[in-house]
Amino acid sequence: MKKIKYFLVLTLLTMSLGLYAQKTEIVEEDYENDRIEMADTMRSEGKIYVLVAIIVTLFVGFTIYAVMTEQKVKKIEKSLKERE
Amino acid sequence: MRKTWWKIIGVALVFYTLIAGLLMDAPRLAILNETIRAMHFHVPMWFGMVIMLTASVIFSIRYLRTGNQKFDIYAIELVNTSILFGILGLATGMIWANYTWGAPWSSDPKQNASAIGMLIYFAYILLRNSITDPQQKAKIGAVYNIFAYATLIPLLFILPRLTDSLHPGNGGNPGFNAYELDGRLRMVFYPAVIGWTLLGVWLTELRIRLSFIKSKIDEED
Repeated sequence: MKKIKYFLVLTLLTMSLGLYAQKTEIVEEDYENDRIEMADTMRSEGKIYVLVAIIVTLFVGFTIYAVMTEQKVKKIEKSLKERE
Repeated sequence: MRKTWWKIIGVALVFYTLIAGLLMDAPRLAILNETIRAMHFHVPMWFGMVIMLTASVIFSIRYLRTGNQKFDIYAIELVNTSILFGILGLATGMIWANYTWGAPWSSDPKQNASAIGMLIYFAYILLRNSITDPQQKAKIGAVYNIFAYATLIPLLFILPRLTDSLHPGNGGNPGFNAYELDGRLRMVFYPAVIGWTLLGVWLTELRIRLSFIKSKIDEED
């Protein structure tokens, strides 16, 4: 029984190898070329930091709210336990 | 699971990826341009979804083996959060596709398959809500969850690879090269996957606790 199991796993694994698709590797040239347009102006002007600040502020706000919600749940759990 | 350290790690990792994902060097690739960075935000939704659905199936199996209602609550709440992640994954994917593939929905095999996958899980919620007997609800739900997972995995990871797909790593579409992630992208991508998954588990944990509170109150009534 065990042998059959191993055999099955092995066959399925070998079969799945064929499913790997060809992928192009990202090379150093991809980081350094000038052909492809990127948001370079925005970065050089430092405006990207404005975006980062906004997104991070939002995330911090939601995290604080989630923590506060958890405190509330904790309180209800406690009061339920005390009632018993 | 009520410890706080893993929540802090989750928040810290997502915090890091929000900054690094926007500021770190990204490869300058045709078609993708600056949108390559969406990978750090869009793809973790799907990874997180699959990780949480896997956990959900494990809890469903444990429920069927032990009959402990607790495991069923774990399973359903994990599916709920996974659906949220899946919807966000579809939405962000459509925005990204609109600017790189030219249309929000190009009936790409992976897009279609993930939409079908979402529908399967919508049916799971519907099925559960249509059964009033709690025992039956849990049992049928758990069995359905196992079948849903067994359908979803081939839909997402096997079938799209067998045909031409626009998604990287699927089929051999000449219009869109499938890039292998390099070390620099992985430095942001993997933390993003772990961070978002932990945040998802945190949300799930809160809902599980609310569910326990509800069942306690129901008992007292």
